[in-house]
Amino acid sequence: MRGAANRREALFGGFCLCCLPTLGRSAEGFAMDEVGPGIFIRHGVIADASAENNDAIANIGFVVGKESVLVTESGGSLVDGQWLRGEIRKRTTKPISHVVLTHVHPDHVFGAAAFTEDKPVFIGHASLREALDSRGEYYRKRLVDMLGADKAGSVVYPTLEVKDAAEIDLGDRKLSFHAHGKAHTNSDLSMLDSQSGLLFPADLLSVDRIPSLDGSLLGWFKEIEKLKSFGATGGIPGHGPTRVELEPAFAAITGYLAALRDQTRKAIAADVPIEKAVKTVAMDQRDKWQLFDNYNTRNVTQAYQELEWE
Amino acid sequence: MKALILALGLSLSVTGMAHAAGASDTDQERVARWNDLKKEIFAGKTIEPSETMVRIDAPKRAEDAALVPITLAMSDKDKVKGVSLIIDDNPTPYAAHFIFGPAADPGEIKLRVRVNNYTDVHAVTETKDGRFFESKQFVKASGGCSAPMGMSDEEAMKGMGDMRLKFGEATPGKPAEATLMIRHPNFSGMQMNQVSRDYTPARFIQKLDVSYGDTLIFHMDGDISIASNPVINFGFKPEGKGPIKVVASDNQDGRWEKTFEVPSASN
Repeated sequence: MRGAANRREALFGGFCLCCLPTLGRSAEGFAMDEVGPGIFIRHGVIADASAENNDAIANIGFVVGKESVLVTESGGSLVDGQWLRGEIRKRTTKPISHVVLTHVHPDHVFGAAAFTEDKPVFIGHASLREALDSRGEYYRKRLVDMLGADKAGSVVYPTLEVKDAAEIDLGDRKLSFHAHGKAHTNSDLSMLDSQSGLLFPADLLSVDRIPSLDGSLLGWFKEIEKLKSFGATGGIPGHGPTRVELEPAFAAITGYLAALRDQTRKAIAADVPIEKAVKTVAMDQRDKWQLFDNYNTRNVTQAYQELEWE
Repeated sequence: MKALILALGLSLSVTGMAHAAGASDTDQERVARWNDLKKEIFAGKTIEPSETMVRIDAPKRAEDAALVPITLAMSDKDKVKGVSLIIDDNPTPYAAHFIFGPAADPGEIKLRVRVNNYTDVHAVTETKDGRFFESKQFVKASGGCSAPMGMSDEEAMKGMGDMRLKFGEATPGKPAEATLMIRHPNFSGMQMNQVSRDYTPARFIQKLDVSYGDTLIFHMDGDISIASNPVINFGFKPEGKGPIKVVASDNQDGRWEKTFEVPSASN
């Protein structure tokens, strides 16, 4: 029996499919959690991109249908994408028909180049192309500086641009997409899996890791309401555990965003300048979020810029 | 006009230098760069160090390189005629030049800038009797000039030229404080479109005149180092008459003008 288990471990690269989904990071590095039927997600480390982690910081993975495979998030670098492609090929030989580019941030799109040989449909928000035009090269250079040109990856554009909503079929498995208004970024795309009922809100939902504001704070509240209206109870956040109950997770992120909004408004009303506001706003949220000190200042700066024109 | 030529001339002459600059520069290299810049901007003038004549408050590490708040404090304010802000390692180092008018209270001025690298930031005041004083602060930030402010040029242009003026709490007889906000992308000219390999052309607030009635509060010459949607906080003497008038113009013939009523001081 022991030998069989070892063989199985060897076959699956240290991860055994029947084992606990909470196994998460194996000794060799990452592993995939099977969070739903045919849905495999890798937990992204709660850290900033670095040479040590290859920008593998987002929750990435894939969904297997009867006919083909969809990549839910491509990864943060070419090597991260290649790693994911390897994990897919350990489990299925079905063609990789779709790769989702959930928004413009590098930890979500720079793995896409690893899949170009599969000639998939790259699905993205209708505003993603322009956002990549304006930021892609900047992000790429920073990744090259960090990881080297051979590991960084390149900008890949969406070939299916979602303006409002779209649906695709992997073979008895329909996935629907929704293009959101300006919130986390200006190009947030969410996905709902009809088979499992699981929602993939990407970075519109961050759990444990502090959300980063790069679109519109007020818009984010609206889009969270939109996501709730889809009626899913479980989901896969862009960062944090690979599967969560949505209600408490949405409550938590809304709590932070509301603190950010209300305290920034208060600071503006009291003529507290931006350089002072960044030191006080939302500090009561500090214990609730990882990487708080890395992002809160920037979030307050963004919120202040948005709300000072109210 | 003279300041403008200087600013643009400066951007050309130091381009090569700016490329070489970086986080790993030695103190000696930074001092050498500042000496070169001083020669170009303040040709031949002796500049003495003085924290009383000008002090820079800036975050030591800027979390958002595209918006770094800077405060210039001039405690010996009655002597001050003008102040310059230079961000040594930015592609166009000469960020802003203020000349104060009779209606100004030049004790403090705040603005938001872009910082493209680990850099020394210098402020130089000119006094009414023609002396120059400098101080500096080191700021760790990178990518502020080339980091796009938003995701779309079109969006960044929305409402261009809209202005607001917010007044601080006024006390009779004491200098008053106001914050000027201008909607303007202040494109740095370094933001590249990946497909066309074109850069969005620089478009920035170049001249700004703020006066109280007929009396000047300050004039500013600006450049690409000023963050998008410029916000400038300044002091003024509240005993003027008439509204505060703001005239802003950019380097592409954009011109905007607006007047604001000053709220009466409450006792």
